[in-house]
Amino acid sequence: MVYFIAKRLIQSVFVMLAVAFLAFSLFRFVGDPITQMTGVETSVADQERLREDLGLNDPFALQFMRFTGDMLQGDFGFSYRTRQPVAEMITKRIPATLELGIVALLISLLVGIPAGVYTALRPRGIVSQAILMATLVGVSIPTFVIGIMLIFFFGVQLSWLPTFGRGGTVSVGGWETSFLTIDGWRALILPAVTLGVYQLTLTMRLVRAEMMEVMRSDYIRFATARGVPMSRLYFKHALANTMVPVITIIGLQFGGVIAFSIVTESVFQWPGMGLLFLESIRFVDIPVMGVYLVVIALFFVLVNLIVDLLYVAIDPRLRIKDVS
Amino acid sequence: MLDFIKRHEGLWLFSRSPAVIIAAIVAVIIILGAVLAPWIAPVNPYDLASFSLMDGLLPPMWEEFGTEKFPLGTDDQGRDMISSILYGARLSLIIGIAAMAIATVLGVGLGLAAGYYGGRFDAVAMRIADIQLALPAILTALLIDGIARGILPPDMQQNLRVTVLTIAIALSLWVNFARTARASTFVQMNKEYVQAAVMQGQHPLRVMFVHILPNILGPLLVIMTVDLASAILLEATLSFLGIGLPADSPSLGTLIRIGMQFLLSGEWWILWIPTLFLVALVVSINILGDFLRDVFNPRLR
Repeated sequence: MVYFIAKRLIQSVFVMLAVAFLAFSLFRFVGDPITQMTGVETSVADQERLREDLGLNDPFALQFMRFTGDMLQGDFGFSYRTRQPVAEMITKRIPATLELGIVALLISLLVGIPAGVYTALRPRGIVSQAILMATLVGVSIPTFVIGIMLIFFFGVQLSWLPTFGRGGTVSVGGWETSFLTIDGWRALILPAVTLGVYQLTLTMRLVRAEMMEVMRSDYIRFATARGVPMSRLYFKHALANTMVPVITIIGLQFGGVIAFSIVTESVFQWPGMGLLFLESIRFVDIPVMGVYLVVIALFFVLVNLIVDLLYVAIDPRLRIKDVS
Repeated sequence: MLDFIKRHEGLWLFSRSPAVIIAAIVAVIIILGAVLAPWIAPVNPYDLASFSLMDGLLPPMWEEFGTEKFPLGTDDQGRDMISSILYGARLSLIIGIAAMAIATVLGVGLGLAAGYYGGRFDAVAMRIADIQLALPAILTALLIDGIARGILPPDMQQNLRVTVLTIAIALSLWVNFARTARASTFVQMNKEYVQAAVMQGQHPLRVMFVHILPNILGPLLVIMTVDLASAILLEATLSFLGIGLPADSPSLGTLIRIGMQFLLSGEWWILWIPTLFLVALVVSINILGDFLRDVFNPRLR
């Protein structure tokens, strides 16, 4: 167990180093930092002095170590575009994206798992066929089109819900949350549904496939023969055994949710990290791009680490294998 | 005829499923329209002389004030919608197919080699694939696009937009091909015909591409269809986000982005008609892909 956790931790550190290296290469080789920082009036001699002062003439390895050291201390440099510290720009945006992502993930799981179980248990039913057809269409409709359609129906036609921004937020210890106001929740609904729909179809299809697999297994047949009540059979015996892959998709979907939040945030003008990243690409604001990558990778690594630990908690077989 | 269809299982299944037939018809119509755009579109939307502001915001011909000159209406610049859409679908398809082709060559080449040589080469190639798989395609494409913006001089940016976009999409889609090709190659490696070819001392490239490749085409064809849909979606998304194609050479995604400005006004056709085309195209390609998977994987039925 300890060995397993240690191994995963070391792997995570290597992944973070690789991403930091990528961010550093972006910063160092895509465009010249000096030309970005200085205007046209700066003389060549001044530029060279700045280059020397910033240590851009030092050996590559030394520069990378310094870069990583600065990052570990929370110093992420300055944006080319706004001249503000990148760390501040990004941390201000983290709550918006995380809250959006978490609600989207919850929608995906709370609707996707029951729908997956249902379609697996009644594969020939009309409702199941309709759900399956709907998911195929759901996968094919681009996220931004789903967003536009929701805005059109619920924002423009019915004018029930706001269509852009976060609405009212409350600051809880520096964390701007929209969970505490009705206004905030109203603003959250459309973006979260937009982001959740695609993930929902993935969850549903996976749960369905797993459930069908499990229902064919010997122990379910034995339990049926023994006369275990159907509800207990489905939800205790069968569903419990589909939990490992479901945990896996939570880890995988987290990446998808973060990536597609870029699109969703753009459609709804949601002031999160994705919108910031999009702006930084448009203006070739390399430091912001690099730090966004590092922050996303950190979330990714943490979530997958937790997922791996959950495996061990959920599946007793993994624990036994670990001992032997 | 019926005998012929029955003998070919794929055709038989095809003739039995109405959804697949409709999907095929829709896909063929849109693809034909896109390919033949320069000949069948009423005007060339890239030609500034072909439209005038006087014709701006005309509705489709079946609505009040619509004219037969503009069957699907015009946008605010007076551009004919049907021509814009046909040309837009053409660009979307060109980029989608080119990206898919690059991804296929890259992925299948790497996958074949990984499956053939195995060992350390395989391990390294698959680690790279794992890393790539952890990064969602849209993030990869955005990053590559951003890097290209930083590296290329500004005057080349506009000219190379299509190329950059195609490469960015291709590089975010190759993993599926590599993994599928590798897995299928592993299975083939144990077959006698491959071992015979290897023992004859045939060149590894010949064994890979002449002997193994034709036998793993089935699953690759499925991935190609599904990834074509993904590539078209990815291009539309990037263009919608405003980092794909510019407004003077619009793809379907760019048209939808332009149409967004009319979401709140009454000019619904500027937004919804290109959207409908995009969704119809992608849905039908996906349905065809699902169908192909069923044909090649009888166990799933």
